[in-house]
Amino acid sequence: MRGLAVKGPLLLAASTAVAVMALAVRPASVGAQAPGSELTSQCASCHALTKPADATLDRLWSRKGPDLWYAGDKFNRDWLVAWLQKPTVIRPGGVLWFKHAKPGEPRDTIDSAAVEKHPAVDAATAGRLADQLLSLKSDGLVPEGAFKPEAANAAMGKLGFSKLRGCVACHQDAPGTGGVSGPELYDAGQRLRPDYVIAYTRNPQQFDPHIWMPTLTLSDPDLQRITGYVTSLGKESK
Amino acid sequence: MMLRYGIAALALAAMTGAIAFHQPATAGTESPKIAASAHVYDTYCAQCHGVQRNGKGVNTIGLSVQPRDHSDTVGMSSLPREQMIKAITDGGASVNKSALMPAWSAVLSKEQIEDMADYLTYVCKCNQGK
Ligand code: HEC
Ligand code: HEC
Ligand code: HEC
Repeated sequence: MRGLAVKGPLLLAASTAVAVMALAVRPASVGAQAPGSELTSQCASCHALTKPADATLDRLWSRKGPDLWYAGDKFNRDWLVAWLQKPTVIRPGGVLWFKHAKPGEPRDTIDSAAVEKHPAVDAATAGRLADQLLSLKSDGLVPEGAFKPEAANAAMGKLGFSKLRGCVACHQDAPGTGGVSGPELYDAGQRLRPDYVIAYTRNPQQFDPHIWMPTLTLSDPDLQRITGYVTSLGKESK
Repeated sequence: MMLRYGIAALALAAMTGAIAFHQPATAGTESPKIAASAHVYDTYCAQCHGVQRNGKGVNTIGLSVQPRDHSDTVGMSSLPREQMIKAITDGGASVNKSALMPAWSAVLSKEQIEDMADYLTYVCKCNQGK
């Protein structure tokens, strides 16, 4: 009943965050069309749009959607615009896989029917929201140019992803291939910016101290290769 | 709004369901420490080691080496506490096991890892003779 117990304070915290956001994002000059106001009113109930002050484990258990406070460092605009109109499932187990897991033989499964469906918006709205999302920056967590395309070797990267480094334990690199507790990465080439992929893989706890992706011991060449592989996924279908 | 509540209710139902299912592992007279470790286990370990702690987590579909069955009294009894702590802190490779068992030192504190070793001993009922 933990979930229930934290709900009250969380809602309070969430509404405070919304209020703070509303104040923080309004530029002095253009009050009426404050960028982010649409995000704040429609999306903040499920998504953190500013870095959470209380990044606790309880927050991860009660949040209703993934964090978007670093969206500007993370997403490609084309993907955002298309996905917001026609959302697909990115996290096969939902925001927190455990809430949809059922024990079973030969292994536990996800109750896919219970996984949240995302609200869709029209094309014009998607464009505006994408621009607002791209203005949300992590403030230095994603160094520009960290990924060096010339050092990437997708074949070696695939080996690292699937065998040596075990990314496939939690991520699918093709539909139906791989674990389900993390976001699918088979369209990562369209969805994610390479500098974000390398920064996140290097240290997921920088983005959230309690996230259930471990910091794996990876050398820089390893990181470059794996990022080269991950960001090649889904490219051909576009 | 309706949809939102529907989803919340579903999620809650799923959660209570899951908790009810692995009662055997965590039921009874739980100390707060055991309960806290169980919650940490649900978050980080159950994805591979299973919501019932039996090595059958949702992610085993992508694993070439199967995770340890933490409910196996005989198997777990042969695992010294020091090795458990080392494996959790520095990963499977540090104890000559599969690197698919990740290192958790970046996520869990030293104290949480020591409590986890106690929790694993509790889950496998390894100290019942004592
Ligand atoms: C009812 C809660 C809810 C609302 C409201 C909501 N979202 Fe989401 N959002 C989610 C969930 C849950 C996911 C995860 C979907 C998945 O991984 O399959 C998600 C995922 C996303 C993603 C992909 C994030 C990622 O890391 O993969 C984006 C972008 C996004 N939402 C944008 C928006 C925008 C913009 C709005 C406001 C118009 C919005 N969302 C409103 C729940 C919500
Ligand atoms: C134990 C499970 C686990 C393992 C192993 C793992 N990840 Fe993750 N990964 C996750 C989770 C959980 C998230 C974040 C989910 C969220 O925020 O909703 C994540 C997020 C990511 C992201 C960001 C994706 C996004 O949409 O924001 C990338 C990139 C990534 N992982 C790459 C990797 C790579 C590369 C490896 C191997 C070196 C790896 N992961 C190993 C669980 C895992
Ligand atoms: C990505 C999947 C994965 C996750 C997540 C995971 N494990 Fe493991 N774990 C494994 C695998 C695979 C093995 C088996 C290694 C072998 O036998 O070679 C293992 C083995 C172990 C062992 C036995 C080590 C030994 O010396 O035999 C312990 C103890 C353990 N895990 C504890 C944990 C704890 C505690 C957590 C959560 C903090 C956790 N694991 C999370 C995959 C995982």
